[in-house]
Amino acid sequence: MNKPLIDIRNLTKHFDRGRHKIRAVDDVSLSIEAGEIVGLVGESGSGKSTLGRTLLGLDRKTAGKIFYKGSKLPTVYRAKDFHRYARSMQMIFQDPYSSLNPRMTAGEIIGEALRLHSDLNKSDIAKRIEEWLVKVGLNTDHLGRYPHEFSGGQRQRIGIARALILEPDFVVCDEPISALDVSVQAQIVDLLVELKRSLGLTLLFIAHDLSMVRYVSDRMAVMYLGSLVEIGRSDRIFFDPKHPYTELLIGSNPEPDPNQERSRQKVQSIGEIPSQLDIPTGCRFANRCPHAMAICHDVNPVLRIVSHEDDKRLVACHLYE
Amino acid sequence: MALLEVSDLHVEFAVHGGSVQAVRGASFSVNEGETLAIVGESGCGKTVSVQSIMGLIQTPPGRITRGSAKLRGHDILGGQAADGREIRGTDIAMIFQDPMSSLNPTMTVGAQIAEPLIVHRGYSHRQAMRRAQELLEMTLIPDAASRIKEYPFEFSGGMLQRSMIAMAIACEPSVLIADEPTTALDVTIQSQILDLMVDLQRTNNMAIILITHDLGVVARMANDVAVMYAGEVVERGAVDDIFYRSAHPYTVGLKSAMPTNRRGAVQKLTPIQGTPPDLFDAPAGCGYYTRCPYAMEVCEATPPIVFDVDREHQSRCWLHHKDCLQQVTQIYRP
Repeated sequence: MNKPLIDIRNLTKHFDRGRHKIRAVDDVSLSIEAGEIVGLVGESGSGKSTLGRTLLGLDRKTAGKIFYKGSKLPTVYRAKDFHRYARSMQMIFQDPYSSLNPRMTAGEIIGEALRLHSDLNKSDIAKRIEEWLVKVGLNTDHLGRYPHEFSGGQRQRIGIARALILEPDFVVCDEPISALDVSVQAQIVDLLVELKRSLGLTLLFIAHDLSMVRYVSDRMAVMYLGSLVEIGRSDRIFFDPKHPYTELLIGSNPEPDPNQERSRQKVQSIGEIPSQLDIPTGCRFANRCPHAMAICHDVNPVLRIVSHEDDKRLVACHLYE
Repeated sequence: MALLEVSDLHVEFAVHGGSVQAVRGASFSVNEGETLAIVGESGCGKTVSVQSIMGLIQTPPGRITRGSAKLRGHDILGGQAADGREIRGTDIAMIFQDPMSSLNPTMTVGAQIAEPLIVHRGYSHRQAMRRAQELLEMTLIPDAASRIKEYPFEFSGGMLQRSMIAMAIACEPSVLIADEPTTALDVTIQSQILDLMVDLQRTNNMAIILITHDLGVVARMANDVAVMYAGEVVERGAVDDIFYRSAHPYTVGLKSAMPTNRRGAVQKLTPIQGTPPDLFDAPAGCGYYTRCPYAMEVCEATPPIVFDVDREHQSRCWLHHKDCLQQVTQIYRP
């Protein structure tokens, strides 16, 4: 079997807040094969973005290991580490408004990475910037414009060009479409999928829009309060969720189809996601889970394989033990 | 007769060097005990339309230039501010997208829920606080007795929205306007809030105007739908008409730009190309002209009129003109 492109083992990220510890990512293991799109879903505060950022060294991990093509990534990123990995791993950010420097032109933003991380001369860089502008659906008239002159969708295109111009292997897309209008979301998703195909990218697609994640990704990982509760093929998870939290999440997702909505079985939804400062012992979902048993309040379930077939489904739930 | 009927509403805002035509023709209505969804993208005028009904448009720069809004046949727009104030907050109440910034951070949640009762209903402070607690219980906030003494920052997003709802229904309004009430919330919490709204609607026989950009929420909640684009209502009808018999190219476009999850169905998203027009310099013809795959010559300069596609189903598109030769299979024709 091929080595996975990204192999995350027992990754943990805690933030210290005075006497408290926020366990944003807690003992997460996930491997991503080359060429795959893995969707990472979960509610706000589940630790999705922190996982993405820690993966790329933007936040320093507390514990655990991350392997990229079999070699271990550093715990503390120094300038030379960023320099080394910038060409392999990149990130597309959620908010196309705050993630672009308002004092740089679109051309400068897109070309900055090339200036920093490549040996190309000025005219080659200029050529590449123009190529990428076109690739992401903008045109050369846009080169000298500043971010405020663009719409949200266009800004996200700039963000995509900036991330991909170094032709990385692996890109973390952190809610790339959540800030955009419905009609524009599809444009950006299509662009990402198309670029993924032509460049052979591997993507971690973080989002809370389940339908979009199902549409985009090959596999889906469901995160709840800092840990992964279910991993498997997106379609399979969507139509046959195993973990009660996944079931709740998918059952709460409204379908743009009135007939389907009328025949929907009402999901029982209790309470809200607890604070990360106060993570329950045992299963984190136990206090909201309609199937909770005595053991769930004491012992934290770990991810286990529950079905083989063509879908290696991993679920962390005592119901499946 | 509809409970609330808005017809041909036009709202503009004076800006440096001209005006923005934020609403350029919005007509919609809602019946007692039913839900109307107003759907559209940001900047299409859905929020401004309902803000005008609520008298929340600041004048200047805003101005309602044409149209009417009638509650049980009585005009509630603009000029007659005195009447308006009686109605707003009592007969029509509104909840907003971002519950965190719509509540006063320096007042306890209970005091804020009690305020409309004291102002509009003449309750004493103690009566109002007792009622506030009941309302929080109705909106399923656990431990309401101690929660009424807490401040907004002590509440989660979902609970804040429940408190907003409690405040809005305090005076038992006949119309509740909900402007993207669940957009800032997670999907599981959204589900709880939507369920709560349906339950309250059943008990109070309240009409709901729900503003959203999420077609899933529309499908779940609405009896009737008004689709807005570039300041205009471009299609109106019953929810099934809008989803299964879409008559406007924009509605068709929106639907095919959104993933659906029917088992086994393989689908490809078709994005709507381009961006909405700038309403500072509103287009002469149809607002959707530059993005419409079926645009015709007439659409560029002549604004389309509203056609009756069917009973109670209307579309603002020249494709429905009897002399139109173009046959588009995606567009419903009876």
